[in-house]
Amino acid sequence: MRNFAAILEREVRSYFLSPLAYVVIFFFLAVSGIFFYLILSNFVEICIRATMQAQMYQMMPPKLNVNMMAIRPMLHNMALFALFFLPLVTMKLYAEEKKSGTIELLMTSPVTDGQVMLGKYTASLVLYLVMLALTFVYMIFIYAYGEPETGPILSGYLGLFLLGAAYLAFGLFFSSLTENQIIAAASTFAFILVFWAIGWISDFVSPRIGRVLAYFSLIEHFDDFARGVIDTKHIVFYLSFVFFGLFLTYLSIQSARWRGAK
Amino acid sequence: MIEVRHLSRNFGTVKAIEDVTFDVRKGEIVGFLGPNGAGKTTTMRILTGYIPATSGTAKVAGFDVQEQSLEVRKRIGYMPENPPLYGDMTVESYLHFVAKIKGVDGKLRKRNVEKVMEQVEIKDVRHRLIRTLSKGYKQRVGLAQALVHDPEVLILDEPTIGLDPKQIREVRTLIKNLAGEHTVILSTHILPEVSMTCERVIIINKGRIVAEDTPDNLTARLAGSQRVVMEVEGPVDSVISALRAVPGVMSVTADRAGGDSRSVFTVETSVGKDLRKELARTVVEKGWGLYELRTVEMSLEDVFLHLVTQEEEVGN
Repeated sequence: MRNFAAILEREVRSYFLSPLAYVVIFFFLAVSGIFFYLILSNFVEICIRATMQAQMYQMMPPKLNVNMMAIRPMLHNMALFALFFLPLVTMKLYAEEKKSGTIELLMTSPVTDGQVMLGKYTASLVLYLVMLALTFVYMIFIYAYGEPETGPILSGYLGLFLLGAAYLAFGLFFSSLTENQIIAAASTFAFILVFWAIGWISDFVSPRIGRVLAYFSLIEHFDDFARGVIDTKHIVFYLSFVFFGLFLTYLSIQSARWRGAK
Repeated sequence: MIEVRHLSRNFGTVKAIEDVTFDVRKGEIVGFLGPNGAGKTTTMRILTGYIPATSGTAKVAGFDVQEQSLEVRKRIGYMPENPPLYGDMTVESYLHFVAKIKGVDGKLRKRNVEKVMEQVEIKDVRHRLIRTLSKGYKQRVGLAQALVHDPEVLILDEPTIGLDPKQIREVRTLIKNLAGEHTVILSTHILPEVSMTCERVIIINKGRIVAEDTPDNLTARLAGSQRVVMEVEGPVDSVISALRAVPGVMSVTADRAGGDSRSVFTVETSVGKDLRKELARTVVEKGWGLYELRTVEMSLEDVFLHLVTQEEEVGN
């Protein structure tokens, strides 16, 4: 536990001592902010038009669901932006240590490879949580001018967290394979993209295979969370993704030891 | 303290080290000497638990490096050839981090960090980012990192590489002072370093141990007797065979650079015998001309070159 905490603390500190964390957080917030503005102004426009129409026909103005029409698309957008930005969070975790040789310190210290791995992974989760927490600012605006339901927002964020955790686990794996951070980030991005889009192929293949492929799609499992449904099926899916990613990372570190590679 | 038995390690088809066996007693400073690529780093990496051996066993303080790796790692301070430093940390926070993952707790940690900074004289840079330090300071922080948990065994891979002469001297003094309390293994390809700092030398070449002794003994054992250089006028082949026939002569090599019909011969004699008289008599009795006869002391440098270039002769 102490070892895990020491690794975690160092990694988190190193994130916030380097410009990387700030750059990633800034751009993630900026891009989500722009889309938040677009989605919200679109929603407001629809509201105004609906109200005017209702007045014209002398009816009660309709109550439009801000959760379904603004927050849900917003959550989907953030899931996509996380796909772009999270590979940048994990890319350095192992690659940098391999390049600078500090991995030799960790691997010859009385800490297990598992403790090192979990410390690093948790550090990336912490950074991601900070990113997500800061986007709550946008939700404050919705609370100020509308009456959203809190449940779907929370479940949506739970979904975002789990989805991101899956990205990060594989980001960690690709970082453990190389000492080049760019390669780590690019392969993470490509890998996640494939598992994001794998569901789209299902329209073109036989229904049975299509169902299987759709099941493996990362985003397919997200929509229920965005709509306010917490289904254990989806939680299990994301957690298995996380475990598989960590398992591969562990294997890759062990194999590097045996091969005597860095 | 350290027991290594028949250790081998292959990288694919390449044998990095083969059947390496040696012991290090408590408090000793042992030098690993060998050319680059001889297998020094591989041996050290196995001892520190960084990579496993292909076969053979190694024990540190009674613990097997493979089976009880974590116990071994607690007791070893290791400085790899490139000190493993995090450039974005300050010297002090880095040492605290290392102490933490080496299992040093609370108050003791603070005291150890202070002590070790004192020891390697880096207190003046304690708040600086490691990335901004000079090479010499970085090397010292690397050494501090290996010492911070007060390990029983210190393993230093090329500790003086890349330092200027003054810093080299300081590091050597530091290492010497560590003996007694700590058991030290250091590797180097610089010969004077070994004779200056180490009590015992293990010479390793092409993955095998070719000799193991104190620096003085090594010099004495191979060359402490003499090499005799003779310049003789006569048919080279018969001179060689005649000299070989003298009892006590181990080998004779000829160098024809002598000019005219003269040649220079290098005669190696077995330990502690002065054969000059017999050699001279042999030459004269055959009726050849003897122009020069002198003995040559071998420096450690010669021993080293001799060992790594003519391994087979060391066997006997």
